[in-house]
Amino acid sequence: MTTAAQPTDVWEHELLLTGCQAVSHAVKLADVDVIAAYPIRPYTEVMDQLSQLIADGELDAEYIIADSEHSQFEIVKHASSVGARAFGGSSGTGWMYGMEALAVTATDRLPPLFLVGNRALDDPGAFGVEHNDAMSVRDLGWLICWASTAQEALEHVFIGYRVAEDKRVRMPMALAMDGGFLTHAQHMVKVPTLEAVKQFLPPYDLGDRVLHPDNPISVAPQVNEDWVMELRRQNWEAARRARGVIKEAYKEFNGVFGSHGSQYDNPYFTEYMTEDADAVLIGIGAVCMPTQTAARRLREKGHKVGYVNLRWFRPFPTEELRACLGRFKGVGVIDRDFSQGSPDNGGILLQDVRSCLYPLRGDGPNVINFMGGLGGRDISIDECIDMYERTLAAGRGNVPEEIVSWIGLRE
Amino acid sequence: MATTLPMIDYEKIKKVHDAPLEEFYTSGHRTCQGCESALVMRDFAKASGPRTIATGATGCMYVANTSYQTTPWVIPWMHTQLGAGGASAVGMAAGIRALMRKGKIAKEKINIINFSGDLGGADMGLSGISAALQTDYDLLIILYDNESAANTDIQATGLSTYGAVTTFTPSGKKRRIMQRRWKKNVAPMLAIGHPTCRYVATASATFPALDFMNKTRKALNVGGPTFIHTFDPCPKGWDFHPGYSRELGELGIKCGIFPLYEILDGKVTYTYDPHKKGRIPVRDYLVKQGRFAHLIDEDFDYIQGMVDTMWEEWELPGIAPIKSGLEMASR
Repeated sequence: MTTAAQPTDVWEHELLLTGCQAVSHAVKLADVDVIAAYPIRPYTEVMDQLSQLIADGELDAEYIIADSEHSQFEIVKHASSVGARAFGGSSGTGWMYGMEALAVTATDRLPPLFLVGNRALDDPGAFGVEHNDAMSVRDLGWLICWASTAQEALEHVFIGYRVAEDKRVRMPMALAMDGGFLTHAQHMVKVPTLEAVKQFLPPYDLGDRVLHPDNPISVAPQVNEDWVMELRRQNWEAARRARGVIKEAYKEFNGVFGSHGSQYDNPYFTEYMTEDADAVLIGIGAVCMPTQTAARRLREKGHKVGYVNLRWFRPFPTEELRACLGRFKGVGVIDRDFSQGSPDNGGILLQDVRSCLYPLRGDGPNVINFMGGLGGRDISIDECIDMYERTLAAGRGNVPEEIVSWIGLRE
Repeated sequence: MATTLPMIDYEKIKKVHDAPLEEFYTSGHRTCQGCESALVMRDFAKASGPRTIATGATGCMYVANTSYQTTPWVIPWMHTQLGAGGASAVGMAAGIRALMRKGKIAKEKINIINFSGDLGGADMGLSGISAALQTDYDLLIILYDNESAANTDIQATGLSTYGAVTTFTPSGKKRRIMQRRWKKNVAPMLAIGHPTCRYVATASATFPALDFMNKTRKALNVGGPTFIHTFDPCPKGWDFHPGYSRELGELGIKCGIFPLYEILDGKVTYTYDPHKKGRIPVRDYLVKQGRFAHLIDEDFDYIQGMVDTMWEEWELPGIAPIKSGLEMASR
């Protein structure tokens, strides 16, 4: 994804940063006005970093330590409603604690950005990654995007605000990253200049929906059965329009930053060694590391396998992913989440991928599902090789009766 | 960072005819006849004027007030979640401060006012209001207290009077009284718990006349985070004829069950002082409401006894449940 560092007018310097630290640099460059914090591992490091930036005078923003995640998210929401660019974040059960506020931020059509450092839901306590926290807002009108490197995390703060604040979209943005594996793993990160960021990210303008005495509007009155359908439909249309706005944003991003930085061929997902592949795995987040290594090793032995790293989960890239996965015979979906009692008792991503592929019917790939890495358990390269082999077999027609298998489970 | 913006210079309203004519809460709501909470809305908007942004937590002053396309609010208003009154005010005040400091909007004094009902202000939202009162933002939280979840079905809250019938606390054959919680003492809790909050008051929209409007203005003049708890008789929830709303407010204050005072920089002023004016029997207030129709003598005696304790034994009469006299621990 990233190329060697070459300081230019666009890139200020290159630093060794964790995912959280990279996001804090981006929040500063995005000239965020209001930050609300509440502690929970592992996302909390971004707030540690931001408070230091403010203490050192490097970032001019209001910094509020809330009394709960619910208050934290409401502070962010209401700051956004008066026209301030606002930033929040959380992890695991903290994200769930503020769920009511997350729902209304979307239905109020406000565009703050939240970092979700993915964490397993209690009980029992676990600090490691699971994706159920961020995925819990998947039906509510949120933009949800996963970064897989610290560089991507930094860049998607700019891309996220730009897409979320676009007047054709105006949806809140959840920038997710795997707890531990990305929030606290160090990568070399190129940090852009303020001028380059300004060129890409226009100021936040809520237009005639901003709350100010000069614009005396009433926001979110009681509508009941008279108007909810129409308002949900507006939300629906915004989510649909977001797909086009995302494409525009990446095109512009490549134009401003691309010559020496990330090049995004496809905004929604990245394909790795998929050309001429018989079978691919598809997953979200940091699992792209062992899966890509495993694909390389299998390719060396002549097996035609590849990996699809899904970045955007909402809006779901229906057509693009259907065209991509439709090329293969076998698709193995890796879920670092669970959806107990769902069709086939598979993961959340499985359900969306199968639904996306359904129009292909018999012409589409055979799809199987791997549940793995829950609670932050490592997914090893050997396990990835095993998953590829099973997906290759499924592609040849050997689809097991039980399509869901658990990877790395003690039995 | 303390307030550096010029304040709006509010004058004390001395006579009813001196109150501003302009209304910022007008037609369009569908609150009940005799609704004192609607008067709280009208009065705070009138007293604070047009350079104000309001947020309303879920409650009857959301549901009954603001139907889509018929808003009564002339000032900008936004709904906030039931437990988010404090956070909504903090978020807006923070946003406005940052935007002014960074030159993104014009510098001027803008009032940020949240109103929350008893569920929002005294139960679910208490933690968020507490946090708001720890900040240095200019914001006013108004707890409009009609002693039940008045829009939803008249359910008991942490502020319902002992003994009251609500849909969650009916009177039955086996148990005469289901509402056995004593009313939460919110304003003093917040005043005592937040030493940097300069102004906390209790009020009634209509008694004494102009008192609430002037307390609103005083809160905005004092600046920083401030809090007012209003006592709002509710014809529907309390079961009385709408013509008696104002009178019930007056009786509630005169019997001492709802003390009226303000605390400015720690100094308490009784704005209705029962020490000077005496207290009427609590029974005179209770028997005018259908929600207490099932009470018998011993219940009235119990409530009267509690109110007497408030005024005769508490170190800060009617305010803080600490009894006078320090005793050293026995050795």
